[in-house]
Amino acid sequence: MQKDRLLELYRQMYLIRRFEEASAEAYFQAQIRGFCHLYVGEEAVAVGAIAALRDTDHIITHYRDHGHALARGMDPNAVMAELYGKATGSSLGHGGSMHLADTRRHVWGGWAIVGAHQLLATGMAWAAKQLQEDRVVCCFFGDGSTNQGEFFEALNMSALWKLPVVFVCENNEYGMGTHLRKATAVTDLYRKAEPYMPSKPVDGMDVLAMHDTVAEAAEYARAGGGPVFLEALCYRYRGHSTADPEIYRTEEDVKPWRERDPIEAFGQRLIAGNGIGDKDLALIRKRIDRQVDEAVTFAAESPQPPMESAYKYVYSTPVPDYDPADRPTGALPKAAAQR
Amino acid sequence: MAEITVREALHDALQEEMERDHKVCILGEDISDDAYGGTYSITSGLSKRFGLDRVLDTPIAEAGIVGMAVGGAMGGLRPIAELMTVNFSLLALDQIVNHAAKIYSMFGGQIKVPLVVRTPNGFGSLSATHSQNFDAYFSYVPGLKVVAPGTPYDAKGLLKNAIRDDDPVIFLEHTAVYRERGEVPEGDFLVPFGQAEVKREGRDVTIVAWSRMLAEAHKAADALESEGVSAEIVDLRTLRPLDTATIVSSVEKTTRAVVAGEDWRSCGMTAEIAATIAEGAFDFLDAPVRRVAMAEVPMPYAFNLEAAIIPTAAHIVEAVREVLR
Repeated sequence: MQKDRLLELYRQMYLIRRFEEASAEAYFQAQIRGFCHLYVGEEAVAVGAIAALRDTDHIITHYRDHGHALARGMDPNAVMAELYGKATGSSLGHGGSMHLADTRRHVWGGWAIVGAHQLLATGMAWAAKQLQEDRVVCCFFGDGSTNQGEFFEALNMSALWKLPVVFVCENNEYGMGTHLRKATAVTDLYRKAEPYMPSKPVDGMDVLAMHDTVAEAAEYARAGGGPVFLEALCYRYRGHSTADPEIYRTEEDVKPWRERDPIEAFGQRLIAGNGIGDKDLALIRKRIDRQVDEAVTFAAESPQPPMESAYKYVYSTPVPDYDPADRPTGALPKAAAQR
Repeated sequence: MAEITVREALHDALQEEMERDHKVCILGEDISDDAYGGTYSITSGLSKRFGLDRVLDTPIAEAGIVGMAVGGAMGGLRPIAELMTVNFSLLALDQIVNHAAKIYSMFGGQIKVPLVVRTPNGFGSLSATHSQNFDAYFSYVPGLKVVAPGTPYDAKGLLKNAIRDDDPVIFLEHTAVYRERGEVPEGDFLVPFGQAEVKREGRDVTIVAWSRMLAEAHKAADALESEGVSAEIVDLRTLRPLDTATIVSSVEKTTRAVVAGEDWRSCGMTAEIAATIAEGAFDFLDAPVRRVAMAEVPMPYAFNLEAAIIPTAAHIVEAVREVLR
């Protein structure tokens, strides 16, 4: 891989790391509310995988979605503003942290019902095939979702019709606070997909391993081979969400993973053998630090969505004579209200 | 004008829309001519005409069928998911309620879901899990459009409108309504959503009905006419968004109302309409609103018990006599 591409991978991973640290800070200041699931520690998975795709390939992901959004090039300002619930957010403040999307960049959400969006990915791949688009759908999800029924329906149907999906399971070992040993009878998660499609584990802490494996999988799917399943072995350093007290594990459990930090390790590898100096990386970090600060300022200073925004997007094809602008106190039926 | 059945009207609507737009695809269990041609024969002949890619037989996996259809709609198709009966739609509720209904709003208008889920209510010696009516379940959810036609004309016009609509539409058919006959003009026409229709003009009482209860309301109105009672029938056609104006205007005129639905009484569709009348026409009412609805029990198999539980024209007549007392 060329030097500028390697530096770009480093830049994206560091952007995600800094963005998530800033998100946590804003959350504890109550600027961000609800659930906020951080991607810290898992950066190599999204960055490596998405770098291996074409810009026109669809991405669809779970609710821990900041990393995928940023890796696909979504504007950090719009992403942070979405977390802040502002009108300038990527989903106009309707989705929040869990529902990032930018269809111009083929980012199709941010989904928050565990195990359900693998079927949406299957459907999008069906559309791509039916409309003869040269397109792969890359679907990210967590280890916890591989115990849901809908997950197995997606495996079956995507394999049955040889649909172009790359399933990337981010195995960070925990479904909220429950370790996968307590949640699944098959702890090598790639084996769940093996009867249906090519399936294998990959080191999710190594951005280049992720890149190469997903590139190979996408090529297979694009060529009409059907879906592929990858189990990315990774770890989240932070809690399930920012509200997680983490009583289910100790700092000792986290330590060996932190020692293999994907950004740290990749940085050292770049310096060791690619004619890249510490100064190059420091410059990238400095620029990102500033960019993230700007995103926070942008989000903080943006306006909240106007009241009519809540009613504007209920239906896209308007309904004649229908006014959805109800309030909790109730709107009178129209004929009565007009008297 | 040709007289056809609801079954034929639905088939014709599908065929015409598939002819018109190559993005329209159907998926569901046993729908192709290689299989059953649809359990109720609505899709019969379509796979021969349009191919097995566009009339896709699926495994028995309702969440999968609807989830794939939602994804397909996001990806540029206009999918029609056929669920064999409404009972099985419960397995797909996550995809319908948590996904299809939310997507346009949740992503700030970026993603449209032009999806139709067709599925019949119904009963017929099938016991508890195969004899349900879920009109209210779906009508409860903002983001969905819900229609329930009772005539061939409305069935065709509403289905064509549903397929061309950019929002998720729950299209509630009914196994007993498939046989209904009526005049349907040749050529293209649409029935818009959110517009009820006065199917029969009357002076003394308003009967609000839809789907199977429309024919029951007509039978009741005929019987009442011989007693000298003039009943007006309002056919809702669309359950969400509800055309409250037509309901309220009719009750203002007749001053009495009977709401005839087929779902369970408590928290059912009839409760919503009774509340609409109370909010919108209270000062005009000369009697309390009466509701005709399914008795609140899981459906037993025994013929006599089933017959006693299902709402019919006789119940409507009884309720009308009470509000006129």
